[in-house]
Amino acid sequence: MIISINNKIHEIEVDPTTPLLWVIREQIGLTGTKFGCGIGQCGACTVQLDGIPIRSCLIPVQQAVDKEITTIEGIAPNATELHVIQQAWIDEQIPQCGYCQSGQIIAVHALLANNTAPTDEDIDLAMSGNICRCGTYPRVRKGIKRAAAALTNTAITKNENHGEMD
Amino acid sequence: MIADEGDTVINIWLKIGADNTITVIVPHAEMGQGVHTTLPMMLADEMDADWKTVSMLEAPGNKEYANYALAKGFILGEKDIPSMLIGTVDGLFLTAMKQLSLQLTGGSASVRCTGMHAMRVAGAAARAVLLEAAAEQWGVSPDELVVKDSYISHPISNRTEPFSSFVEKAADLSQPAKPRLKTSEEFTIMGTSPPRLDIPEKVNGTASFGIDVTLPNMKYATIKASPVFGAKLKPIGAEAIKDMSGVHKIVNLDGAVAVIADGYWLAKMALDKLSIAFEESANDTVGQDDIYDLYLDDMNAAITEGNEEKDLKKGDVESTLANANKLVEAEYRVPYLAHATMEPMNCTAFIHDGGCEIWVGSQNPLGFANSVAEALDIDREKVMVHNQYLGGGFGRRAMPDVAVQAALIAKEVDYPVKLIWSREEDMRQDHYREANISRFKAALNDTGNITAWNNQFVFKHDPPEAPHIPYGVDHQFIHYAESTTHVPWGYWRSVDSSMHGFFTESFMDELAYNANKDPYQYRREHLAKAPRFLKVLDMAAEKANWDESLPDNWGRGISIHQSFGTIVAQVAEIEIIADTVKVQRVVCVADPGFAFHPDGFKAQMESGIVYGLTAALYGEITIENGAVMQSNFHDYRMLRMNESPKIETYIINSDNWPGGAGEPSTPGIAPAVTNAIFNATGIRIRELPVKNHNLVAKPTILS
Repeated sequence: MIISINNKIHEIEVDPTTPLLWVIREQIGLTGTKFGCGIGQCGACTVQLDGIPIRSCLIPVQQAVDKEITTIEGIAPNATELHVIQQAWIDEQIPQCGYCQSGQIIAVHALLANNTAPTDEDIDLAMSGNICRCGTYPRVRKGIKRAAAALTNTAITKNENHGEMD
Repeated sequence: MIADEGDTVINIWLKIGADNTITVIVPHAEMGQGVHTTLPMMLADEMDADWKTVSMLEAPGNKEYANYALAKGFILGEKDIPSMLIGTVDGLFLTAMKQLSLQLTGGSASVRCTGMHAMRVAGAAARAVLLEAAAEQWGVSPDELVVKDSYISHPISNRTEPFSSFVEKAADLSQPAKPRLKTSEEFTIMGTSPPRLDIPEKVNGTASFGIDVTLPNMKYATIKASPVFGAKLKPIGAEAIKDMSGVHKIVNLDGAVAVIADGYWLAKMALDKLSIAFEESANDTVGQDDIYDLYLDDMNAAITEGNEEKDLKKGDVESTLANANKLVEAEYRVPYLAHATMEPMNCTAFIHDGGCEIWVGSQNPLGFANSVAEALDIDREKVMVHNQYLGGGFGRRAMPDVAVQAALIAKEVDYPVKLIWSREEDMRQDHYREANISRFKAALNDTGNITAWNNQFVFKHDPPEAPHIPYGVDHQFIHYAESTTHVPWGYWRSVDSSMHGFFTESFMDELAYNANKDPYQYRREHLAKAPRFLKVLDMAAEKANWDESLPDNWGRGISIHQSFGTIVAQVAEIEIIADTVKVQRVVCVADPGFAFHPDGFKAQMESGIVYGLTAALYGEITIENGAVMQSNFHDYRMLRMNESPKIETYIINSDNWPGGAGEPSTPGIAPAVTNAIFNATGIRIRELPVKNHNLVAKPTILS
């Protein structure tokens, strides 16, 4: 079976009904995506399939073949820079224990890809699948707005530079 | 402690590198409460070190970092432990030492005990010997020296050198018994909010939690223990898994069966296929009602037999009640609560060379080492605990049960085994905050003031002051009955205060109502002799605009509670929407004496509020047929983003001895919300969780 994670191809031998979560964590060794409940209720296992956020604890790995899987390890633009969301997460000092945050950030990443100025209602809808036991919800909300603003500014800056930045 | 080449060990809390960098050894776990940053800040500030060059290591589960070693002047190599840590006698120090002896991270004590007594003292002591070494080396008086940002300078002769120039000599000097500590005006790092050292790895997936540990040749296990606590397993033969590919072994423990396989999923599938049975036990028919009935029986018996446990007795409650102008009585109940850390329980164990290594997120590494050594019948020195980040602690990860299981499983094989509990196992094999009943009887005089307060409940754990009230009431009798239960008990965020905050602040609200007084004003009147509490309460009411009218279907409630040395007042604004409550806003005012990392302190207030609010609205673990009914997040409901209120936090630095941050905001949120519900609906909730009650807003009066 061939799967692609963060634009890297992996050839794996595993029962096709194995949930994608365990393939990512154990076969591939990317442990940033977390196990929280196993029934899709907590969001800690959130990854993207072709940009759509899904609960990897419920998706059999077979369904991820021919799709691009994005995990927390894959959203930074390169090895030395952070994604705008990750920077916002540091600037607002959002994580506490941090265990739920990979799932939170992947969900935010998907939200902002489609909505550059989410309202509180948009945030409620997009983020209520991600449980945080440490109570970072108010800061996550603030972080989303901060990241959205930063992304919009970057877009504006790019436009103004008429393609001088790539 | 092992020093790397070029490091000089100053004391067991501190190494200085040849490159003048500082490494602080922190004997506490990081579970999101920020102590891997706050504790080094306290040492670095007293030392006048450059914060930018400070890093930290977590102390191993090692007796060097336990109380008795410090108290008895344990010698590390040729270095003396600062002698001031021996012999100072006051209640807080003894608590600190007790905590350290267990190497426990809990009780909201890391900053107010270890930080105050170890970190600050170690930093100040190190500064003192570095100064003495520099003075000797330069042949000048120490008074002429200036210490700043890890450098010592002598302005008169225009000399400046880094700490590292003096460490060798300093390490040989005897550290002062009682070094001077900075006053809060002198703080340069304490009281500020530098970015937390652990956050960068928590936004890119690299932070390693217990569940993430990977070792060569490691296999995976999962387990099922008896749903009826304490019942024995009927062992399962190896043939049950013989045809399962990738599944290696069944391990029968006393009350649980585990399966070892090539991956968690394989192990879980195999476990689910087994026919697992347990022996009959006396608790097989125990239900939730039986538990409450037994509590009441024991409470009544304690009274009639006159052998209740007296917690606080003041004045003459009996005759004051007998002669009361008005008598108010109420009974409250709270259910069992699970911890539900986001990371399910797990532990990796590897038995080799006569010893055991474990990798785990633990609130008590030394305690875990003790328990594992006992279980394996080996010396504690042969157990090495590699502590990891905790995906939530809340008291659950102070219990060594999962580590003992992992060690017993690993004992059967010769490779490392990572044991992971399913969420269902985690929910059903917790050490719960107990269910409880609290009965009150109070006397009001003709102006509505409380003259007598009688309160009885079951069990007493920690903190001791949890059921005590700050209000001026001359006659008080607070007492409890012992009872019995087969449900395992454990520390749950704010422990006894998680119940008594709800009990006492709900009853206080009922008394206000009976006295026909505003709940805020009523509390004010009874705090006349408690100015520190009054200040916190007043600010909460002010910031919440207490007297402003709210829209229809809205309500407002107030609470104040002290726990772990910190006073917290909260005002909750709620809205009744379609027969349920939405908590819209919480105003939180806290007096922790001094907030060492103000933003981190606020984050802990927010955290405790969301944790307590989840429990208040939804939290309910029910026992049926001796076992826990709930199993996952579909039936043990969690608060989510769309239900989370706006939270505003204000800090009062009253310059009292520091209080804790991790737990003190949890006790007060439940009563603030239920008092607000009463304000909006006239419905008095005496039994949590709120979800079990039908809420209808008071009808608006049409003009």
